[in-house]
Amino acid sequence: MTRFILTRLALLVPVLLGVTIIVFVVMWLVPGDPATSILGTFATPENLAKVRSELGLNEAMPVRYAIWLTGVLHGDLGQSYILHRPVLDELLDRLVPTLLLAGASLALCSVVGILLGIVAAIRQNAWPDRVITLVVLLGVSTPSFWLGMLLILWFAVRFAWLPAGGMQDMFGPGGPGEIARHLILPTLALAAVPAAVLVRLTRTAMLEVMRQDYVRTARAKGLREGRVILRHAFLNALVNVVPIIGIEAGYVLGGAVYIESVFQWPGIGRMLVNAISTRDIILVQGGVLIVAAAYVVINLLTDIAQGVLDPRIRNA
Amino acid sequence: MPNVPRRPFLLGLGAATLAAAPITEGRAQTPPNALVIGHLAELQTLDPAQAITVSDFRILSNMYDGLTRFRDASLEIEPGLAASWSISPDGKTYTFKLRDDVTYHDGSRFDAEAVKFNFDRVLDKSHPYYHTGPFPFIFTLGPIQQTEVVDPTTVVFHLSEPYAPMLTMLAAGVGSIAGISPAAVKKFDREFSRHGGGTGPFSFQLWESNQRVVLVANKKYWRGAPKLDGLVFRPIVEETSRVSGMLSGETDLTIEVPADNVPELKQDKRFTYYEQQGPHLWYLMLNTKQKPFDDKRVRQAVNYAINRQGIVDDLLKGTATVAASVTPPAFNWAYDKALAPYAYDPAKAKALLAEAGYPNGVDVTFYVTQNGSGMLSPVLMAAAMQADLAAVGVRAKIESYEWNTYLGRLNGGMHAADIAEMSFMTTDPDMHPSLALRTGAAVNSGDYSNPEVDRLIDTARAETDTGKRAELYDQLEHIVHDDAPWVFVCHWKQNAVASVRVKDFFLMPSFGTRFDRTYKA
Repeated sequence: MTRFILTRLALLVPVLLGVTIIVFVVMWLVPGDPATSILGTFATPENLAKVRSELGLNEAMPVRYAIWLTGVLHGDLGQSYILHRPVLDELLDRLVPTLLLAGASLALCSVVGILLGIVAAIRQNAWPDRVITLVVLLGVSTPSFWLGMLLILWFAVRFAWLPAGGMQDMFGPGGPGEIARHLILPTLALAAVPAAVLVRLTRTAMLEVMRQDYVRTARAKGLREGRVILRHAFLNALVNVVPIIGIEAGYVLGGAVYIESVFQWPGIGRMLVNAISTRDIILVQGGVLIVAAAYVVINLLTDIAQGVLDPRIRNA
Repeated sequence: MPNVPRRPFLLGLGAATLAAAPITEGRAQTPPNALVIGHLAELQTLDPAQAITVSDFRILSNMYDGLTRFRDASLEIEPGLAASWSISPDGKTYTFKLRDDVTYHDGSRFDAEAVKFNFDRVLDKSHPYYHTGPFPFIFTLGPIQQTEVVDPTTVVFHLSEPYAPMLTMLAAGVGSIAGISPAAVKKFDREFSRHGGGTGPFSFQLWESNQRVVLVANKKYWRGAPKLDGLVFRPIVEETSRVSGMLSGETDLTIEVPADNVPELKQDKRFTYYEQQGPHLWYLMLNTKQKPFDDKRVRQAVNYAINRQGIVDDLLKGTATVAASVTPPAFNWAYDKALAPYAYDPAKAKALLAEAGYPNGVDVTFYVTQNGSGMLSPVLMAAAMQADLAAVGVRAKIESYEWNTYLGRLNGGMHAADIAEMSFMTTDPDMHPSLALRTGAAVNSGDYSNPEVDRLIDTARAETDTGKRAELYDQLEHIVHDDAPWVFVCHWKQNAVASVRVKDFFLMPSFGTRFDRTYKA
């Protein structure tokens, strides 16, 4: 198991390196640079030349990448062109809100998705299954940012139960309760689609497992139905569901870009949107690096969980 | 049967709680009677020498003063940190007499040495704090060669050539570098952009990335203490979310609500709707170097062909006014009210086209941006104009690009394009003509050239008498209107919505915001 984890951790390095090279090249291919973005309609040739030289944009692309990478290896993610501050500081400010939102959404979609999936499977073709299937269809086909706007209209504007956006009250004392209240709507909006996907997959996995011989054997032994479903069917179905949770983590981190914009959630997603439109390549690099690392680590965790659940994978 | 270990899960939960701890500290710092503002963008810097966006200056204008300043709701200037000034006859030397009763937020004293420090910092590459840059918009202040301290309340600016816009540019956003505290720059160094420090009615308290910027009232403000305890700027980039913030009562005021929501908000009794002319022009550049727009009649024809009132009323819901020429009416002192915009007259447009030798119409390429600062709704507007042009026989093929790409394509001329959308905002009527209409000027992408226009731009730039200068801009306006190097489309009006409790608020044409007399009833 230790070797398995170490191997996976070592793979992290080439993955992240590849991601940064791709991002750097893409940002370089996209027309415009921080200087054109800063100067806008004032982008005269002299002004551009001056700002470019002050920002160090005159170096060739590979040289700039090498400078950036050398910095990263020394723990320096560089300085944002637009925000005039170290990228690392900006990322640290924003990492926790993003992890909070992504984590809450992932937890919610896993719990709801798996529970509803089990219910749908054990009541196959009865009314609970049909209701759940219908809700899931709606969930899968609803764009998350639109759902977010609807939630704001109902729960913040119409009923005024929950805040329309932000992470804390402007006048409140702060604290976890306040953050939790602000977290509810964005979490719901972000969790809807992955939850729906998980319901479908859990249902299918459960149905398959429940047709297996050992489930019939368990029933034949006279075990209670609840025990058959949880111990014999569900835990085996979980082996197939856990990797999907890892993939959903990617969806949640990506979807956070929209949801953070709709709810003004102060996370990395929104920062990336701004940074891309202002061509703040160093900030984009830093943000993508963190998001990619988070994705890889979550996938690693789900792989480990799968290994724990299934000895065939662990010992392979 | 697999054994699921539970401890790592609990550890993870503990770690998450610990991670959340830093963001729950340091709260309760919002002063009680503060105004909460739904702000259109995230703050980028608290240093007016570095700031590049209108939205940043809307915050900074509360922390800093300039040597001159704009009168309330006007683009005319009045004394600021300088109580008076004189200009040498050759227009190259400006002498400012400074107020002696101004202190910075940090308690240090404002004087001529401070002004010199602030201008040296951004102009002199060998200055010990030049590295706190870059300072991309300092060039708008003029060809300043050096500043000289005569005595603690007298500072002299030496220019390499006359530059009449100097006084208005000193009143504008970048001009407020005069009110930066040198002590704060020395203390924070490269971190100055995260702290700031000036002379204005509000001082910096707290900046939580992407959450809020809190300013508190400067009780010792030299114009008198503000009535509010503080200002909270909450970045709400999505425009529909800014409206939700108002509807849910989470913000007291928001600047720039989308045109589509204006009718609804105007009717709502909970809110007051504000608007103000902006020194803004939305126009179509025409490629005057090649056919068909090398012919003035064709340029006039497209001006007649487009139903601008329709665009302003239907697409922009009255958040703009129809433009007549290069100078926006926001320049109340330099704008000729008598000049009427081109009428919407498709028949006349067709006649002019026929006269110019295009009786069967003409095919053109039309560059359209998909977004961009000051560009309003560029795609919808382009579609409407394309239809109007087609009705008179100008068949425009649209090519659309994302803003940064778009600007890149227009850099150094329009090349393959015949028509291109553009907009411009400035606080002096010199800036736009001299950058975009003068022969060979840097962003004159349509390659327009008219010796009489060049002469007027140059003469006005050197004319220090405001009345005479205004007359020159009137002439310029008329010539440019007739010669039609552009299609003058519209001038955008800024808008704001506030709770009815908010009193004594007004918008400034300069895009600054002044909250020192605003209060909540």
